[in-house]
Amino acid sequence: MPDAPPGARFEVEGVTVRFGGLVALDGVSLHVEPGEVLGVIGPNGAGKTTLFNVVCGFLTPSEGRLSWRGERLTGLKPHKLAGLGIARTLQGVGLFEGMTVLDNVMAGAGTRPRAGFASALFGLPRADAEEAQLRARALAALDRLNAADYAGRYPGSLPYPVQKRVALARALVSEPGLLMLDEPAAGLSNDEMDELGDLIRELSGTMGVMLVEHHMDLVMRVCDRITVLDFGKVIATGTPEQVRSDPAVLAAYLGDEVEAPAAASGSTGRVSTRKDG
Amino acid sequence: MTDTSEKASTKVTPAGGGSGGGALAALTRSRGLRHLALVLAAYVGIVLLLQLFGDFRDTQLATMAYFVPAAAGLTLLTGVNGQISLGHGALMAVGAYTTAAILDRADLTPFILVVLASVAAAAVVGLLVGVAAARLHGPYLAGATLALAVGLPGIAIYFGDLFGGEQGLRVRPPDPPAWFEDLAGGDLGRTYPALLGWALALSVLWFLSNLVTSRYGRQWRAVRDDEVAASLCGIDLGRARVLAFVVSAACAGVGGALLAVTSRLVAPTSVTLVLSLYLLTAIVLGGLGSLLGAVLGSAILAFLPTVLTNRALDSGLDSAAAANLAPMVFGLVLVVVMLAAPRGIVGTTRIALLSRKLKKQRAAALASRT
Repeated sequence: MPDAPPGARFEVEGVTVRFGGLVALDGVSLHVEPGEVLGVIGPNGAGKTTLFNVVCGFLTPSEGRLSWRGERLTGLKPHKLAGLGIARTLQGVGLFEGMTVLDNVMAGAGTRPRAGFASALFGLPRADAEEAQLRARALAALDRLNAADYAGRYPGSLPYPVQKRVALARALVSEPGLLMLDEPAAGLSNDEMDELGDLIRELSGTMGVMLVEHHMDLVMRVCDRITVLDFGKVIATGTPEQVRSDPAVLAAYLGDEVEAPAAASGSTGRVSTRKDG
Repeated sequence: MTDTSEKASTKVTPAGGGSGGGALAALTRSRGLRHLALVLAAYVGIVLLLQLFGDFRDTQLATMAYFVPAAAGLTLLTGVNGQISLGHGALMAVGAYTTAAILDRADLTPFILVVLASVAAAAVVGLLVGVAAARLHGPYLAGATLALAVGLPGIAIYFGDLFGGEQGLRVRPPDPPAWFEDLAGGDLGRTYPALLGWALALSVLWFLSNLVTSRYGRQWRAVRDDEVAASLCGIDLGRARVLAFVVSAACAGVGGALLAVTSRLVAPTSVTLVLSLYLLTAIVLGGLGSLLGAVLGSAILAFLPTVLTNRALDSGLDSAAAANLAPMVFGLVLVVVMLAAPRGIVGTTRIALLSRKLKKQRAAALASRT
């Protein structure tokens, strides 16, 4: 990864989150190197979404620290994230229903505005120029995801996979240094998932990617490393091959420690998961 | 996209017009100028209307002129930003009382300074309410702003020395400036309040149409549609909401100032809760979030009551019952619109046009395939 900016490393150290007596995350540490795709997997209720919410500033951890580009992130607020070069997609799509696809993506692009309130109020050329620039960037992002044809449409009128592509374009348009994807493959067909996998690999040329996903095929294919959570703790970290054959991981997924060694020993190497349970 | 000729050509005012292709190109490219052209055309239309119609329409057009800025501000807040306000009548009251109090004490000219003072006063109150409102949602926000609408006129009664108590303050409308008298002559003189009102109302519309098509409008819509996604787009939810409230309140301040000079009296009875509800009715009827809808709604507010009252009087109702007919009809119409066409006049028309266009496209696509 020679193109990646030096020091664009995202690190989570010893993060603990308690809700009353319940410990949702217990001393979780992980890191995303520049240009790396890190998968975060784990059974339901393992704390993946809580972890994402901590990283995005929706939750303040009881203990632990986050750092990005070598600096510690304190008092993180969700709206500051984009300015720091961190983008996130949401479970589902989270598009703005009352706005066109183009406006949706433009909303993601305007993190560093130069034209102020007065320019907007008086409709000055400065504001127009900036809008034109944003529009061009948004169209380029849509084009990259094969969604430029839908620029003038409203999200509600589009098929679900297209909506997901638009949501991804909205995250990418700010040219983030770290992209966090929360279940991007949910609701996609196999072909679409393959395309998504290729895209994620391509993106890792310019940014770090943190991926929470249930579809193991995708995770195993695109991730450089995988961190496995169970009951709020990191139970394994490693390459897909290492994680795949880790007894603790198999135990967590199959939910029965007695069967785990058998599954591990006789396996062809695939960890199968179910979303239920 | 951002060539230097744009900067140069936009300095030419569109009033200067006929300098040929350059000005026209600038007009089509610049949002601000495009909106300005629309607004100026509308103003010419108003002037023509005032010329054509008699005295009676002057008053109604002047009435409409004070509804327009307030309704447009409210549609920005409620339709574009998703914050409901049942208290915009009270924000108009702030503007109206400011104007009345200044005109009562000082012979301040030009009138625009009085308007700016009213805007500032309403914006300050709007800032206070907006900061509180940014933490409230849905019915709680409706309740809080309702309290404002009910409570604020009480302040005017309590500080009777300053605001005239129950009797209110008489307002001496500003005299037309000398140049206007020279230009218009005696005949147009009577239309001065309406012309002044519409000049201000259309200025507000110009500012708002620039804002809602700008980055700010996009952020306000984003906050309305999805809070989590909006904050991940880098939008500070609280700031966006407070800004929308302040802008909206400032518009209500303009409406209030015009209300004062049009009705020549500001009293607690002229800025009751009903005024707030009328404004809300107007923007819902017109189509939430649409500035054109706010204008259409204001027209209904200004013209329908007199029509209804006259009808009722003609058909033998006594005057008290006739006066109450308008609020009742507004209520009924609102219920029917919510049931039958919840997007209001503008929204329903737009959807009808869009679906027609879509059908045509589909038909064309089918035809080309076969």
